[in-house]
Amino acid sequence: MVAVARIPRPSANPHTSPSVARIVVLCAHPHLEHSRVTRTLARAVAGVAQTEVRDLYALYPDYLIDVAAEQAALADAALIVWLHPAHWYGMTPLLKLWADEVLSFGWAYGPGGNALRDKDLWLVTSTGGSAEAYRPDGLNRYFFDAFLPPYEQTSQLVGMRFLPPLVLHGAHRASEAEVQAHAQTFASRLQSYPDWPEIEDIAPCDVREVPSIDRPAEPA
Amino acid sequence: MDPATSWLTTSLIYLAAAVIAVPLARALGLGSIIGYLGAGIVIGPWGLGLVTDAQTILTVAEFGVVLMLFLVGLELEPRRLWAMRRPIFGWGSLQVGASAAAMTAIAVAFGVAWPVALAAALGLAMSSTAIGLAELAERNVQRTPAGQGVLGVALFQDVAAIPILALLPLLPAAVPQATPGSDGSAWWAAGKAIAVIAALLLGGRLALRPALRWIARSRTPEIFTAASLLLVLATAALMHAAGLSMALGTFLAGVLLAESEYRRELETDLEPFKGLLLGLFFIAVGMSIDFAVVLASPWRVALVVLGFLAVKTALLLVMARAMALPLAGRPLFTVLLAQGGEFGFVVFQAATQAGVIDAATSSLLLAAVAISMLLTPLALLGVDRLVAPRLAAQNGAKLAEIDEPQQAAVIVAGFGRYGQVVSRLLLANGIAPTVLDHDSEQIESVRRFGWRAFYGDATRLDLLRVAGAAQARVLVVAIDDIGQSLALVDLAREHFPQLTIVARARNVQHWYQLNERGVAHIERETLDSALMSGRSVLEAMGFERHQARTLALRFRRHNLEQLRESAPHFRDESKLIAMSKIGRQQMEKFMADERARKDSRRQSADWADRPDAQAARD
Repeated sequence: MVAVARIPRPSANPHTSPSVARIVVLCAHPHLEHSRVTRTLARAVAGVAQTEVRDLYALYPDYLIDVAAEQAALADAALIVWLHPAHWYGMTPLLKLWADEVLSFGWAYGPGGNALRDKDLWLVTSTGGSAEAYRPDGLNRYFFDAFLPPYEQTSQLVGMRFLPPLVLHGAHRASEAEVQAHAQTFASRLQSYPDWPEIEDIAPCDVREVPSIDRPAEPA
Repeated sequence: MDPATSWLTTSLIYLAAAVIAVPLARALGLGSIIGYLGAGIVIGPWGLGLVTDAQTILTVAEFGVVLMLFLVGLELEPRRLWAMRRPIFGWGSLQVGASAAAMTAIAVAFGVAWPVALAAALGLAMSSTAIGLAELAERNVQRTPAGQGVLGVALFQDVAAIPILALLPLLPAAVPQATPGSDGSAWWAAGKAIAVIAALLLGGRLALRPALRWIARSRTPEIFTAASLLLVLATAALMHAAGLSMALGTFLAGVLLAESEYRRELETDLEPFKGLLLGLFFIAVGMSIDFAVVLASPWRVALVVLGFLAVKTALLLVMARAMALPLAGRPLFTVLLAQGGEFGFVVFQAATQAGVIDAATSSLLLAAVAISMLLTPLALLGVDRLVAPRLAAQNGAKLAEIDEPQQAAVIVAGFGRYGQVVSRLLLANGIAPTVLDHDSEQIESVRRFGWRAFYGDATRLDLLRVAGAAQARVLVVAIDDIGQSLALVDLAREHFPQLTIVARARNVQHWYQLNERGVAHIERETLDSALMSGRSVLEAMGFERHQARTLALRFRRHNLEQLRESAPHFRDESKLIAMSKIGRQQMEKFMADERARKDSRRQSADWADRPDAQAARD
């Protein structure tokens, strides 16, 4: 959107900083007022240099995403973090809408769509269910990894390297100390990025062009 | 002159007079009734003398009053009429009875024979339904307590006219007259009247609606209009034949049809007739002022006018107090009912015919009533300009200003429609704001609904302190008046910098001015509702609901961005206009680009695999 780019957003908004960030944390919790984990984690980012938290539900309470502003915010980022609680085994609705609208054709994918290429994507999420519930014999019948392919493939399609997710199970029952420790881990990982031991072992994203015949037929 | 030419000339004169005088009067801020009356004086026998037979015209034009009462009846369902029985019979009878008695006593004290005094007093006690109800409608205050009071008393006068007209022939005649009026015929008249009213009520209930339904089924609009007129005319004729008030009869017919499905159609069909005939009626009243009588004994006429207005005014002021009308409504109530009225004309005419009063007295009284009707709109003007503002100030002093220190975290200044919605949302979520308004009537009325609202001018520093501005977190500026809104913002920013100001902007200029003062939360009062309407139109034009929603929200965002962009130049009108034009072009271009982008994406076949949501969205 041309008009938006020319107008700085009001500085009253605490979630937007005019400086370009190396790490952008997209926080998407529809009920931050009830949140313990996501809120604590988002706050823990405050001490990390060159890091911007974009609280999507605060920026777009009416679900009207400013696509140009979102795309501009990612321009200089090396690492994009998706921070959200797992709802119905997936992302929260505004983050999904964010993906639908911001990861647009010709920008994130398709011809000329390489704005995110060679960046890293890190999923940081929490579940209400305990680790035991995410087992073939548990309530959720699958290991949590089984719910990740849509994330991995989204990341793959836009040319981002999908880093191993940071997951906190049993978020409702976690003690205050456990939540704090988890937030500490989160912050120190951000601090040390990209010098993570495991990154060495992850191959850079291999972007492939998909033959046009695979394109689904357009509805008339 | 052959009849056709005469008819044409007369119509020409009336229409031209009305078309010139009424807009002129309105432009001068005098209201349409003065325009009509003035037009009547100018074209009448004492003005240019273009028309001489005012009496004939008056008879035709009285039908305007009849139509008006039919339409008033249409607005009043029987249930509401029943609820009004106390104002009608209680206050109405008090007004007519007490003012007639007082005026009779005074006239007798001045040496007037009592039958003349009584007949004159009864005639002068009447008030002009036409002017009264037309003024109420013009000010849109029919449903206020004062409006209902005027309507109730006027309706009673219509009812009372019947026994008064029946009573006049029984008074001892001043002029020898062969009066056949015996007790027997009076009883016969009363019986006839009751029978006709019963027939009207019964017929109206049973026959009117089926008849209208049958006519409506013919699907010929002009026939429905004709039927509406026929209905009113027939009712009037029936009442006239029974010696009853035509206006009262049609009023009853209107009430009977108030609940029917044809109410709106009847209203729209008859409204233009009513308006024109009522205008004609006022013109006729203007013409009928006999300036010969006035010039012959100007002091006597003046004395009669002032005397009867003074007596009625005094009584009405007492009544208004006893009826507990709101202070602001009392002057209107008093002025509208103090004037003489068209029923006075009828009473004097009947009294002259019965020989109770002589022709000279009759013209004097007629002139007095007509002059009082001419004075009424002027008196209302005076009330609006002089009394009302002072009353508002005085009234304010009566209601105690906020004096107990408040501690609420939110202060809402201005408790009209805007402030109320804000406060209701807050209260529904457990936040009780301190509410301030400078309109004491508004405070009184919302207090009846259980609001803890305080009277006080929010632009006064001491009252703001009492309201708790020093500890509060949020100040909602929902004041109507732009000047006061800005004054409050200035005051709050200077003395209570901790307050988050949430402001209502009446218009874009107001928005700019609030924005210039650094207010971060400004909402234009009509923007969102207008956008919702715009959404509805898009939906009606076939846009998907979610698409309409998104387009409206995007428009809103773009509009706000343009506003922010143009804010620094808000004092430079030419620059603003140029920017607004560019802005509109940008907006249209942006929307068009977006459509084009989607179209091209739909056509590009070289990219296959895309996320499912994207495919679905296209």
